[in-house]
Amino acid sequence: MSSSLNPSSITGAKRWLIAGVLLAVVVSMFSTQFNRYYLGILVDIGINIILAVSLNLINGHTGQFSLGHAGFMAVGGYTAAKISLVISPMLPPALQPVIFLFALVAGGALAALAGLGVGVPSLRLRGDYLAIVTLGFGEIIRVVVQNMESVGAASGLKGIPKYTTLGWTFGLAALTIYFVSALVNSTYGRGFIAVSDDEVAASSMGINPVRYKVTAFVTGAFFAGIAGGLYAHHKQFLSPTGFDFLKSIDIVVMVILGGMGRTAGVVVAAIILTLLPEVLRQFSEYRMIIYSLLIIVLMMARPQGLFTWTRKKGGAPA
Amino acid sequence: MDWLLQQLINGLALGSIYALIALGYTMVYGVLRFINFAHADVLMLGAYAAYFLAPAVCTVFPLPSLTGALIVTLLSVMICTGIGILIEFLAYRPLRQRPRLTVLITAIGVSLFIEFTCQHKAVFGADTKPFPQLLPVHDFNLGGLVIGSNDLVVVVTTLVMLAALWFIVQRTKMGTAMRAVSFNQQAAALMGININRIISFTFGLGSALAAIAGILYALKAPGIDPLMGVQPGLRAFIAAVLGGIGNLPGAALGGLLLGLLETFAGGISGLSNYRDGIAFAILILILLFKPAGLLGKATVEKV
Repeated sequence: MSSSLNPSSITGAKRWLIAGVLLAVVVSMFSTQFNRYYLGILVDIGINIILAVSLNLINGHTGQFSLGHAGFMAVGGYTAAKISLVISPMLPPALQPVIFLFALVAGGALAALAGLGVGVPSLRLRGDYLAIVTLGFGEIIRVVVQNMESVGAASGLKGIPKYTTLGWTFGLAALTIYFVSALVNSTYGRGFIAVSDDEVAASSMGINPVRYKVTAFVTGAFFAGIAGGLYAHHKQFLSPTGFDFLKSIDIVVMVILGGMGRTAGVVVAAIILTLLPEVLRQFSEYRMIIYSLLIIVLMMARPQGLFTWTRKKGGAPA
Repeated sequence: MDWLLQQLINGLALGSIYALIALGYTMVYGVLRFINFAHADVLMLGAYAAYFLAPAVCTVFPLPSLTGALIVTLLSVMICTGIGILIEFLAYRPLRQRPRLTVLITAIGVSLFIEFTCQHKAVFGADTKPFPQLLPVHDFNLGGLVIGSNDLVVVVTTLVMLAALWFIVQRTKMGTAMRAVSFNQQAAALMGININRIISFTFGLGSALAAIAGILYALKAPGIDPLMGVQPGLRAFIAAVLGGIGNLPGAALGGLLLGLLETFAGGISGLSNYRDGIAFAILILILLFKPAGLLGKATVEKV
């Protein structure tokens, strides 16, 4: 994954942040005039960008294979929703942004803690075994949520206040992109790419693979938790089935479609894959069939991602 | 005591089915080194094949009867063997030299494709269908213990299949070739083994076991639907990893262990809602101490 070795992308990170925040602010000023349907899709896009970029840190840059990203999203979403459900009636409405920010950060923090829980076993596991363990963590989180009466159990959590706006979503998406790019492109962050390229070689150069893997999992999970919080306050309803294995696969497909470890590609892929179901709405009964065929065809024709034009010798890491 | 024995019997029956499915996962992993997610769907197709064949067979051999059940099973096995070989040929063979991650994602894609295609109303439809009664049902009462004939059939079939599989893998030329391919694909090719043929054979064998497991599972389940393979598939796949993926006795052991644990956990009130999570929690705990599974060999990376 030598994608980020391209010097132009190093200074690109700050440009992304400024452009993103500007776009978010400008767009949300007009957002009251938007059609609610399109507004909803735009927020979906922003949330999926956060999810895909954060998973890209784990699966792309660090070369691990996580199949449990929806689990982290669930932890963040449920935590944030519960916090704002409990706190918001007690405080004046003027404090709403503060409550929301607190709920989001708390959700992210708890998801990061879950990320630590997955990151630690990953010290000893690799490849398929790691994939299974992350899949397992995602399922365990889902089963636990399904049995927790305090968050609505199987029937779901209803009546979450609608705090998520375009500004919040795209502001946080820009922040995620900036943070992940800045992290990977920093001197410290070269270690992620080194671990992904060759763990043994990396550790012989004095890089501690364990530390990098855990950092990747914790950071990725934190942003997935934030995305979960945004999602909860956007849909206003959470149900455990929304965070199943299929949701994790969706995010993995975004990362692969965009090209592992290529932030810009992953962002574009997140946009395309969010719009695709809407475009295919009139063929809704064939939608998932087309989607699964797309995965297969993509893997055969362009396993390196849609937006990767140069092919590295030796291929991607296994 | 009775409760324990009863749970033991139920657990063995459930575990046997998991073991049969897990063998398919582990065999494919042995030769191709990737987890064939579509395996669980072959199981579902096996049950559906039996569902559609049963009325036809019934006109010649009245069901429920042993001959009828055997013929339905045999035909379903043949269909699933064909499907398994076809999946490998169409989806996995073009990706033979690609990174394993690519193949893994393709396998997930194939699995989703089969599930969603079968859920479409023009194919099977998403609703649950009642599975025909293939065998006469009889409950044996042994001093407080109730053993269903279906449970017996499941356990006996699994034992026969395990013995047959052991014979194929250890005693036949094809099995020797399979082990050689699993050990070192390139060296096996240099010894004149037709790799593609062996891989097709392995997929066929695994799919045959999946078809049998699918029918056995359907016998015990209230009905069949296009997603019926997902849950047992997931458990079996945990079982395969638990035993050390790529290891045949490990898969059988993992399957039985998981079936027993799940039944006992399900029998304890309060734990039963967490059944889905428990299997994974056990897997993670075991992998923490034995990263290559119970019977798997830990490999040391050499530079």
